[in-house]
Amino acid sequence: MTDNVAKSNGTTPAAVPASGLAAKGSAVVKWADDRLGLATSQKKMIRKVFPDHWTFMLGEIALWSFVVLLVTGVFLTLWFVPSMGEVQYQGSYDQLRGVEMSQAYASALDISFDVRGGLLLRQMHHWAAMIFIAAMLVHMMRVFVTGAFRKPREVNWLIGGVLILLGVVEGFAGYSLPDDLLSGTGLRIADGLIKSTPVVGTWMSFFMFDGEFPGEAIIPRLYVAHVLLVPGLILALVAAHMLLVVYHKHTQWAGPGRTEENVVGYPMMPVYAAKAGGFFFIVFGVTALMGGLLSINPIWKYGPYDPSKVTAGSQPDWYMGIAEGLLRIMPHWETHIFGTTWSWNVFLPGEVAPMILLGVMMMWPFLEAWVTGDKAEHHILDRPRNAPTRTAFLAAMMSVYGLLWAAGGNDLLATQFSLNMEWITRFMRVAVFVVPVLVFFIAKRWCIALQRHDSEKILHGYETGIIMRSPEGAYSERHLPISGEEAYRLTARARDNVVAAPVNGEVEAKGARAAKLRAKLSTWMFADNVQKPTAQELEEAHHHAEHEHELEAGLAHAADGHQFDGHHDVAGEELRH
Amino acid sequence: MRLLNRSAGRLSRHRRGPVAGLLVILLGLLMAGGLFAAFSSSATAENSADGLTQSQKIEAGRKLFLLSCATCHGQNGEGVVAENGESNLGPSLVGVGAAAVHFQVETGRMPMAATGKQAPRKPAAFTEQETEYLAAYVASLAPGPAAPTKTDYDLDAVKGLSADEQRDAIVRGGKLFLTNCTACHNFEGSGGAMPWGRYAPPLKGVAKQHIYEAMLTGPQQMPVFSNNVLTPEDKRDIIAYIYSVNDKKQTPAYGGFGMKGLGPVAEGLMAWLVGIGGLVLFAYWIAAHTARTHKKEDA
Ligand code: HEC
Ligand code: HEC
Ligand code: HEM
Repeated sequence: MTDNVAKSNGTTPAAVPASGLAAKGSAVVKWADDRLGLATSQKKMIRKVFPDHWTFMLGEIALWSFVVLLVTGVFLTLWFVPSMGEVQYQGSYDQLRGVEMSQAYASALDISFDVRGGLLLRQMHHWAAMIFIAAMLVHMMRVFVTGAFRKPREVNWLIGGVLILLGVVEGFAGYSLPDDLLSGTGLRIADGLIKSTPVVGTWMSFFMFDGEFPGEAIIPRLYVAHVLLVPGLILALVAAHMLLVVYHKHTQWAGPGRTEENVVGYPMMPVYAAKAGGFFFIVFGVTALMGGLLSINPIWKYGPYDPSKVTAGSQPDWYMGIAEGLLRIMPHWETHIFGTTWSWNVFLPGEVAPMILLGVMMMWPFLEAWVTGDKAEHHILDRPRNAPTRTAFLAAMMSVYGLLWAAGGNDLLATQFSLNMEWITRFMRVAVFVVPVLVFFIAKRWCIALQRHDSEKILHGYETGIIMRSPEGAYSERHLPISGEEAYRLTARARDNVVAAPVNGEVEAKGARAAKLRAKLSTWMFADNVQKPTAQELEEAHHHAEHEHELEAGLAHAADGHQFDGHHDVAGEELRH
Repeated sequence: MRLLNRSAGRLSRHRRGPVAGLLVILLGLLMAGGLFAAFSSSATAENSADGLTQSQKIEAGRKLFLLSCATCHGQNGEGVVAENGESNLGPSLVGVGAAAVHFQVETGRMPMAATGKQAPRKPAAFTEQETEYLAAYVASLAPGPAAPTKTDYDLDAVKGLSADEQRDAIVRGGKLFLTNCTACHNFEGSGGAMPWGRYAPPLKGVAKQHIYEAMLTGPQQMPVFSNNVLTPEDKRDIIAYIYSVNDKKQTPAYGGFGMKGLGPVAEGLMAWLVGIGGLVLFAYWIAAHTARTHKKEDA
């Protein structure tokens, strides 16, 4: 693997113009290098090449917002007191002075009002958390839709899935720490979810809360998870994730000179590192701006948690939105057997359904590989349109996600748009099943139409917008051939192979069912795709074009009207007859 | 002066309404009646600012009531059952008291424009005086909660409170607010949804006496918080709290732009639109920017 890198890199280092300052700088570097030998030992790393595309930076947003989380989080630990012990608030927020509350809530108020810059830190931390998970999601979507999860990157795909899960857990733990009314309401729901687990639910809840909800233990426990356990796991997995990216090398878009064997782009040092480093400051800047200008989680308005209180507008952070939505639209199903209650209405939407959604996404690469039987490595990305079923599947999943998120805010939809909550719920119950199917169908057809358009361009050239009139009076549009580079880009993909169903008796009964299923899936995934033109088709098309040119050849000058195609100076021109 | 302007505004607003003509005539009649009453010998100690006795007010209120309210609430305020026999065109007003009338009429809910799921807030259709007559009439049907006075609902109007006592009252009000009201009206009083398209309206900008009257009379699906449940001081403190958290001087927007106080859903939208949206644009910009370096290298 690694020897490919050396081959694809230039042999002579880029010449650096030696200005005075740079010369001094390189002297320092040389001094350090002579003693530490870092540059020499890391040469391969430094010369590592990264291809350049904006979608390859989505993962970086996640990475840098995680760094912002770590930095702001460490500051918050200096003042936060993870205890549920009762104190009387005596800080500077007037409307709560003298109120009995937990130390956790009081210290969160102190950070907001009595620690200099504390509120900014709190808000930056929270915004960064929201952005972190959102960035993971868009990054994952880009990986999915370009087929970057294919061999050899399946493991990294799975690591990513675990990261999303850990990110959500981490976010939820953080949301629960300040012990305000929304935190507690969120924990109450979590408690309900856990209790709905068949058989062991109640036991698990007592274990987690060290007794009856809310107890005294949950905040200190969540604190350990939030500042130590989960971030440690995330950090380790991010490290593994990045190492694998370096080891596999980054994928790239098809183009002249780019193959499955090389990587074309900029070296790690200095171009990529400079860009990535710069991007860190941008992410930091955006979170700082949001933290400074946009209010998030104004805990002083919620008041301390008290199990007897609730408030309208209690919602979790956005990434829990789909669980919230599922809970809100689930019909009230319960079973009572032998004096026990089985709360399907909570268990299914709260625990089972989100896991199924994530699980299906995680398993897709393996499903696809099984169907195609493709064992080759892939370093060239698919254009989304060239995998219509995959792209449409993602679009459908996105629509489910969006609908459930909206269902989680049904009360706000009702008040802000004067709608009826019950009708929203009923609509959503149907829509979560119907809309994704429609979206899938439309997205797939859309991709196929785009594929067809590509084929047209390859065969007949692009549309110039010039209308020709033949001697017989028929109109036609002039097409011109596309550039070699574009033709390469459009044709750099393999033909899809639809697996045939086994003929009866050909396969012994045991494998037959699986083979049939595989053939069905293969047809579903690939049968409707438009394949790139064959050499023969290209030949014919060119022949046809030449023939047209011959027909036009009789004209002494270019067909009339051509002078107005925008490529010529038309001063004094008139239509000739 | 402010008072005058306000009633003038109401009058002109109301003149745009369809029953305006009728009401102007009625008003003329009333004034004539009032003048007559003022000069007649029956004026007694009961005389108030407009010089009407209580029974004259009730009579004036009855006339207004017959004109604007009786179609739904019946000739004698006994309520009208709808044609389907199940629901009310308007409920009985016997015993709802003057407070309910002040609240319903001054917030513009009554007269209801059309029977619907919930009478919306709108500009008031009656002057203060007319409202008082209506209230007097409805209160005469059977005893009910009377309209509160300024010291009932306004902490600032209570004399002899130290700054600390005032603050303690607000803190107490906050606790009561979070216990009794946020479930429907949201933690900031931004309002919330109720089943079947009904809603608990936002509390920002609602006049103090209307908040008091709302608690006292429990309009629609709002529970009645009688004086046994929340004492008049409790109510006063709740109102003081609502006003203090919505007052930009007492409670500045500490965290920045608050997105209407709608909570985490609005924050999530911001994270996507501003946060991820902005950062993706930056990513795009950076990637495009490298292409330029590339050209320079070529040159
Ligand atoms: C279009 C029919 C309609 C008209 C006209 C109407 N109301 Fe009502 N009124 C209702 C309905 C329906 C309710 C109950 C629902 C609600 O409170 O919104 C109601 C409720 C009330 C209440 C509250 C009762 C309670 O239990 O607290 C009062 C007070 C009231 N109306 C007074 C009036 C007065 C005074 C007028 C005339 C100025 C008037 N209404 C005109 C339909 C009407
Ligand atoms: C069970 C839900 C519920 C609770 C609890 C509740 N309200 Fe209401 N409230 C409502 C509804 C519904 C309305 C709308 C009534 C209407 O439109 O006729 C309302 C209306 C109001 C209004 C009138 C607003 C306006 O626009 O004129 C005020 C003021 C008010 N409530 C204050 C309070 C206060 C203060 C508390 C706590 C003591 C409280 N409410 C508790 C449901 C509730
Ligand atoms: C802690 C959160 C994460 C961080 C910090 C992170 C970071 C990165 C970075 C910086 C890259 C290289 C640049 C890029 O392609 O964008 C990358 C690549 C990759 N990530 Fe992530 N990522 C995270 C979560 C995820 C998730 C949730 C998934 C999918 C489930 C995922 C799957 C992948 C894959 C398959 C690659 C290789 C892509 C390629 O080479 O084209 N990652 N990640």
